[in-house]
Amino acid sequence: MIRVELPAHLRTLARVDREVTLDLSGLVTRAALLDALEARYPMLRGTIRDHVTAQRRPFLRFFACSRDLTQDPPDAPLPDAVASGAEPFLVVGAIAGG
Amino acid sequence: MSGVRVLVGTRKGAFILTSDAKRTRWDVSGPHFAGWEIYHVKGSPADPNRLYASQSSGWFGQVIQRSCDGGKTWETPGGGVTMEPGGPKGESNKFVYDVTPQTGKPLTTHQWYDGTQHPWEFKRVWHLEPSLADPDTVYAGVEDAGLFRSSDGGTTWQELAGLRGHGTGPRWQPGAGGMCLHTILIDPADPKRIYVAISAAGAFRSGDGGKTWKPINQGLHSQYIPEPTAEVGHCVHRIALHPSRPKVLFMQKHWDVMRSDDGGDSWREVSGNLPSDFGFVIDVHAHEPETVYVVPIKSDSEHYPPEGKLRVYRSRSGGNEWEALTKGLPQRDCYVNVLRDAMCVDRLEPCGVYFGTTGGQVYASADAGDSWTPIVRDLPAVLSVEVQALP
Repeated sequence: MIRVELPAHLRTLARVDREVTLDLSGLVTRAALLDALEARYPMLRGTIRDHVTAQRRPFLRFFACSRDLTQDPPDAPLPDAVASGAEPFLVVGAIAGG
Repeated sequence: MSGVRVLVGTRKGAFILTSDAKRTRWDVSGPHFAGWEIYHVKGSPADPNRLYASQSSGWFGQVIQRSCDGGKTWETPGGGVTMEPGGPKGESNKFVYDVTPQTGKPLTTHQWYDGTQHPWEFKRVWHLEPSLADPDTVYAGVEDAGLFRSSDGGTTWQELAGLRGHGTGPRWQPGAGGMCLHTILIDPADPKRIYVAISAAGAFRSGDGGKTWKPINQGLHSQYIPEPTAEVGHCVHRIALHPSRPKVLFMQKHWDVMRSDDGGDSWREVSGNLPSDFGFVIDVHAHEPETVYVVPIKSDSEHYPPEGKLRVYRSRSGGNEWEALTKGLPQRDCYVNVLRDAMCVDRLEPCGVYFGTTGGQVYASADAGDSWTPIVRDLPAVLSVEVQALP
């Protein structure tokens, strides 16, 4: 079971609590995690990654286990603690704007 | 008519204001989509309970919202939660420019601020225009300028690529607010005739439901572009028409208030005695096709009313002769703006007129502009105002 924390506006959009849980089979990567998240919550498609290019939206970053994973390759394995559900995967919006 | 519903888009959410036909007591609902920019909310003429909203954010991009109960509840079309494979695809916010050879030239660049060519990049939906007859059909005007249509209630969108591809696209350029398609008018007598306006490209007309387009900017004069009477490049801020005379168009341009009597084939200036002919909004009285409303703004570098006096100007002669409407509006120290989608009229008798300001006020007149009352005073900056007459 994978745990994902979403920023407030995406929680409202998906109508979920702070943390959502996903079941993934196979290698737990960021791409696989986001694929599973968007499959279960289709309204989030296009809000974290571009619909066509699958590129991260510029004002979002990804964290887990006190590490910034944003620049890691999307197909790189996520930390074991994320894969096991011990630690959440964080989608974080930049603190900017009004 | 039992009453009216005013749909307000703001920088931080949407608000729905309702009243009976007297339009003196108002209920305020909102914020809906709190914290998100709501560029536009509009109802279907064919089904007043069907609403569409454009929700966007610099962080999370574009979202389309739809309501089937007059704004009580909302959904992202085709985006419900699913536990099964092959469920909803969540494409209601997927606006992808059509560059296929089959539907037009694979056009991928327009003019940038410095004159170089720049790729077309989708940013947001500025305006949603539901079909006059079908609640599931809706047009979207987007930035970078393009026109999209959905025929499944906003679940999926297809570009009407003939607009960008008709030939002048590489000469379009962004205005200060971006290169946006902000006005979509459908001719009630001939729904295949569609007018759109783009900042800063100009006005365009289709006679075949959006497949093919032509620029309709003859008579416009813009001193701020290299060729002031160029075929395209004009910063049109808004166009309005009266349903009974759909070939008579009124335009608020960057500077100049203009009129066309031939469906946009030619334009003439009708600014007349306005204190400033710069502005953003323009609309036409619901029952008097020659009665037109504008809100003059001081200049392109000072976006607030001249002399700090918020005045709506009304012409009862189709332009040129204008009277200031001030009763109930602040006549000192007022420095708000009224953005291009933030004025509308209702179909009641007498005609109601509404507009919203960047200071968060929404003003209503239940007597065709003779007097005004703020429905609300302290909303976030208002981006758009639409009104529905309820059956």
